[in-house]
Amino acid sequence: MEINRFIENFADQLNDTEISEITSTTVFKDLDEWSSLTALSIIAMVDEEYDVILKGDDIRKADTIADLFNIVSSK
Amino acid sequence: MGIISNPFSLEGKIILVTGASSGIGRSTAIEASNHGARLILVARDENRLRETMAALSGQGHRIISADLTDEASLNNLVEECGALDGVVLCAAKGLTRPVQFSDRAHFDEIFNINFFSIAELLRLLYKKKRLVKEGSVVLISSMGGTHVFSGGNSIYGTSKAALESFMKFAAKEFAPRKIRVNSICPSMIETPLIHRGTITEEQLAEYAKRFPLKRFGRPEDVAYAAIYLLSSASAWVTGTSMIVDGGFSVS
Repeated sequence: MEINRFIENFADQLNDTEISEITSTTVFKDLDEWSSLTALSIIAMVDEEYDVILKGDDIRKADTIADLFNIVSSK
Repeated sequence: MGIISNPFSLEGKIILVTGASSGIGRSTAIEASNHGARLILVARDENRLRETMAALSGQGHRIISADLTDEASLNNLVEECGALDGVVLCAAKGLTRPVQFSDRAHFDEIFNINFFSIAELLRLLYKKKRLVKEGSVVLISSMGGTHVFSGGNSIYGTSKAALESFMKFAAKEFAPRKIRVNSICPSMIETPLIHRGTITEEQLAEYAKRFPLKRFGRPEDVAYAAIYLLSSASAWVTGTSMIVDGGFSVS
């Protein structure tokens, strides 16, 4: 599993944020467009792309995209 | 003063409950037994059905473990159950997943449990005349997909919307035998179905505050509605949905 690809997959779930604005240190919950539906999309994307079931709590615990990447990697 | 017979009593009635191993199904079985019914408890997990059985009042209850999505298992249930005065179909599965990730496999998984297994069971119970004349069918539906459209609920919601529609057709077609078919549309009820982790406990607690009655429902809030619909108190009620939502629809 590779972080750049994870960032791309993450950015795919966003509608108003360019991928160039996203890095591993982005605090994703501070994004203007972040919503509960974005969180559900990230959970579904991780299931589809990585075959990992994230919980809402995993999203809550993560601040940066790297944090989330590490959680997904550990499962 | 004479004794007034209680129209809400289920005394002498045999009631089959699916999903009786937990949540709304378990609570409905317990409350129905408190109202005098003899229960047939149905779910996959026999051990958890025994836990429900242990909580029932009265005698003469039975357990039939069955996987309603399995054709042989469902047919066996219909063979075994005998004559029924009422059925409460609670077995259901939840899923939260945005539309763009809601592929056919996920639809099939949820629809098989929440819609097809119920339609098939009800079809067979009617066709094989297991439901007695003047019997009552109660489907546990949802506010989701018919009245409330929360993001991520398309598969679950459409499965319940299909069930709502099916309820009305069955009500019309079963009326010649005076068999009534109604549904209950609960909003968020404290059951394992809503505590499956996709939504955090914090988010759930925040959501509960948005209900005019300031809490999520309890399984017995739905069970009491089911008892009304099973009893002769509702003898002139068919083809309807009863909203049990803590006032959410007027919030």
